[in-house]
Amino acid sequence: MASTSLVRFDRVTVRFDNNVALANLTWDLREGDTCVILGAAGSGKTVLLKTALGLIHPDEGSVALFGQDTRGVAESAMRELRARIGILFQEGGLFDSLTVEDNVGYPLENQKSLLCPPDQVRPRVEEALRFVELGHTLEKFPSELSGGMRRRVGIARAIVTQPKLLLYDSPTAGLDPITANNIMTLVAKERDIRGTTTALATHRFQDGHLLANYRYNASKGKLEPGETGTRFLVLNDGQIAFEGSQDELEASRDAYVSKFAKPLKD
Amino acid sequence: MLDFLKGPLLNLQIFVGLTLRALANIFRAPHYWNDISLQMDLIGVGSVPLVLLTGLFTGAVITLQMSRALNQYGAASQVGQIVSITLVRELGPVLTAILVAGRNSSGMASELGSMKVTEQIDAMRALGTDPVQKLVTPRLIATAVMLPLLVIVSDFMGLVGGYIVGCVVLNLTTGTQFWTTAYRALDYSDVAQGLLKPFVFAMVLSLVGCHYGMNASGGTQGVGRATTQAVVVSCVWIIVLTYFIGTFFIDLN
Repeated sequence: MASTSLVRFDRVTVRFDNNVALANLTWDLREGDTCVILGAAGSGKTVLLKTALGLIHPDEGSVALFGQDTRGVAESAMRELRARIGILFQEGGLFDSLTVEDNVGYPLENQKSLLCPPDQVRPRVEEALRFVELGHTLEKFPSELSGGMRRRVGIARAIVTQPKLLLYDSPTAGLDPITANNIMTLVAKERDIRGTTTALATHRFQDGHLLANYRYNASKGKLEPGETGTRFLVLNDGQIAFEGSQDELEASRDAYVSKFAKPLKD
Repeated sequence: MLDFLKGPLLNLQIFVGLTLRALANIFRAPHYWNDISLQMDLIGVGSVPLVLLTGLFTGAVITLQMSRALNQYGAASQVGQIVSITLVRELGPVLTAILVAGRNSSGMASELGSMKVTEQIDAMRALGTDPVQKLVTPRLIATAVMLPLLVIVSDFMGLVGGYIVGCVVLNLTTGTQFWTTAYRALDYSDVAQGLLKPFVFAMVLSLVGCHYGMNASGGTQGVGRATTQAVVVSCVWIIVLTYFIGTFFIDLN
């Protein structure tokens, strides 16, 4: 049986003043998919994820979330759709004025459609923080955490509602290789333990390579080589320059596309 | 040909949209009472020392500068009346609003601007909150409640300043006469004008601060630009509006 479409872009164009951020883009993310969105800075990765979430409205074309066309949908109704999606923003997007506990508990307390009883907030926050191995940081403020820890808190906040779909916007940007690898392990762990549909925007092919070739083994508590069926999308100036598997990406002769597969080839 | 108007008109459209949403949210749940009281403390209580000091010296300066002219006409005993009318109708509301604009409109623009450029506003929307309801409406309510109260404090301190200079330092008149003329000079329309103005200014300075903050772009430089614009635009509007509100009350009489 074919899986259902969670996000569908139909000829979507997004403009900012006279700049085209997404140009006539058609994209489909289905339940259970892992999609790695590669692209240089300014290629439209963040805009794509924010448009998928309904934070940016397309100038042309349509976006369907969980099968529902979002054109003309009121912001209040969009909030209910967004409650089923988790997102990690590029810099974490944590609220400076709130503690880690309040940050992670924020969606549980504010997304009314989740109907989370107040006495369940703290246990769920603790569980999400344990998942990202930051169970001891409840009372800290984001400014007291390192860059990698802030991303992990961001992941905890994204997964605390146990969404069906998770969007990661450059989760490893600006991090050292070891921390970046830890973050990517968490992304794979969430995907493989909960079976969450995952879209990850990054400029690092290594991130995509890890998601495509490793699965998280919960009993051993580590990543193991394994097939994941990950698809790659390469964006260039708001257009899809490539869509396909890792093998097809590595075989591409396109000058722009091949740049993203090169780091591991060399 | 009229392309140069596009930017300002678009800005005005966004500002009007934000204003309408912020006002509509006053009557719509959820209400973030903690944020409202926090902002009241920040804007109201936090501005009290500043308002006490500037109010006191404003009254003192008015008395000092008017003393020569009043002596010339043999009307030094009327100094209380002049200080009272000038402060309650005009200088109290305007100077207090400009001070609060400098202190809080800039604060709102920089705080919200920083939240905008670090994607906290997007995160708020993504996590089920209306940023206007959570950030703008509490600031609007808090400023609209606190600024008129601050103006009352400022007016009173101005009269005290006027009394000190007029009665103690320059001996222009007696204390009883100062306070009696100050009190008798005011009628209900003066008090109404003196309280309506800060209410309107409060809406302007809070909404302008929030507007520039919510629409900041371009990293830290953009936040700095938004902060400057918020203060400049708030102050200009305060001065323009005080004229029109004053005209309205003069026509009413």
